Amino acid sequence: MLEVAGLTTKYGAISALRKATLRVGSGEVVGLIGPNGAGKTTLLSTIAGQLTPTAGSISFDGTDITGAPPEKLLRSGLALVPEHRRIFVDLTVEENLKIGGITVSGTERSGLLDEMAEQFPVLRDKWTTAAGFLSGGEAQQLAIARALMSRPRLLMMDEPSLGLAPVLVDVVFDLIESLRAAGRTLLVVEQNASRMLQVADRAYVLRSGEVVAEGTGAELRSRDDLFDTFVGG
Amino acid sequence: MTELLQNLIDGLGRGSIYALLALGVGVIFGVMHLLNFAHGELITVSGYAAFWALGSGWSWVLVVPLIIAVAIITSLVIERIAFSRVRGADDFTLLLTSFGVHFVVSALFLLYVSASVKNFARPGWVTNTYALGSLRIEVFDTVVIGVTLVTLVAVTLLLQRTMFGLALRAAAADFETARLMGVKSDSVIRGAFALSGLLAGIAGVFWLMRAGQTTPTAGIDPMLKGVLAALVGGLGSLRGAVLGGFTLGLAEVVLRSRLPDSVASLTEGVVFLLIALLFVFRPQGIITVAHAERV
Repeated sequence: MLEVAGLTTKYGAISALRKATLRVGSGEVVGLIGPNGAGKTTLLSTIAGQLTPTAGSISFDGTDITGAPPEKLLRSGLALVPEHRRIFVDLTVEENLKIGGITVSGTERSGLLDEMAEQFPVLRDKWTTAAGFLSGGEAQQLAIARALMSRPRLLMMDEPSLGLAPVLVDVVFDLIESLRAAGRTLLVVEQNASRMLQVADRAYVLRSGEVVAEGTGAELRSRDDLFDTFVGG
Repeated sequence: MTELLQNLIDGLGRGSIYALLALGVGVIFGVMHLLNFAHGELITVSGYAAFWALGSGWSWVLVVPLIIAVAIITSLVIERIAFSRVRGADDFTLLLTSFGVHFVVSALFLLYVSASVKNFARPGWVTNTYALGSLRIEVFDTVVIGVTLVTLVAVTLLLQRTMFGLALRAAAADFETARLMGVKSDSVIRGAFALSGLLAGIAGVFWLMRAGQTTPTAGIDPMLKGVLAALVGGLGSLRGAVLGGFTLGLAEVVLRSRLPDSVASLTEGVVFLLIALLFVFRPQGIITVAHAERV
């Protein structure tokens, strides 16, 4: 479904990402793990069109999408739950969700709003509250629900468990499990590597901007040379 | 008491026009972080359109929609020619660009039309007044206040109830994330310029009806009022812009009537002084806005 080949992205003279290659198949849950500063966020931001790569290519369903702007990529079925959630704090929960569904028709949007209200009871209870008043866990659920409003075929998440209390981290991973059970295709960046490897079909390990390993959870966990990845070094 | 009420009504009339101008400035600042010093040019261009149309025998009934249409089109053309090229540039570049547009538009009228004042007939009812108790109320102020209130309600509904309004608010809060959600940057920015042009057009109708003339530099005054009112209210807050407009209008009217005769002609200067003082104590304006992301 998603094919990334030799992707390089630079901030000024510094390459945050070097010749990264990965693929995500339809219905797969793929993890992207690695220490801080490894280039995980850069990779997702580049795929989502927020950053322009200096080399390499990205194709989605066989179409070359390298360098396309985010609003166009979203329309082709690729959504990103950004790092730090980035919900619109002055807008209500409902308005945040509506923005997420700006690309679908009005009737489809109201159907999706009902679905989200059902799937996320905590959001339904705060439907008309300004999103700035949500707790961290609620805000993360809103960010994910908002991304689902566009009916994405590939959902990317950047550090969904970051900054959450342990009990809420469970909520996020349960959510990833249920999305997986619903057959959704996910590409998830997580600093909580061991948890991620439990829910992912496969994962890639990034270090210093390069993909250094790829495999199933069990394969990656058995590799001693990746130990620092799992302790967050 | 009567004098105070009289001031209040006069100030609301004047403040209404400033509020419309400031709201137009605020909408653009919201999505682009551009403090638009070219906002007054929408009235300059509309003014010449009104001069031409009235000179060709059009009635005001037709000139009103003409002014509004010209303001909207001018706003979109300026965006296309100038501002679309500096999207995402730093604030200072945007500021200089808007100054540039202001000077270029003035210069074009100076070079290709005339440096002299162009007068046109004001509608007859502009100077009419009626009595309400012991108050003397201008028909003009009544119309201005009424139209402004209707416009503000309509803009509020647009922002709260439509997907365009929602997209505009989301883009103003965090442009990058809005794009990630599928908000098209072109549509939202052009929409903002169209809305800003519409508001300037409505304000322009009243401004030109009262002035009955236009010059190549006619845009400076409405631009200053709009930008100052937006700053006073708190840049980035649309509610603040409206509040700033009314505050500025009221301050001008009250000062003009209360200051001793010898300094009454310096009202504008005194208003600027008060604004400077306000910024010493509240540099963010009346309403504080959390830092917004730029395009």
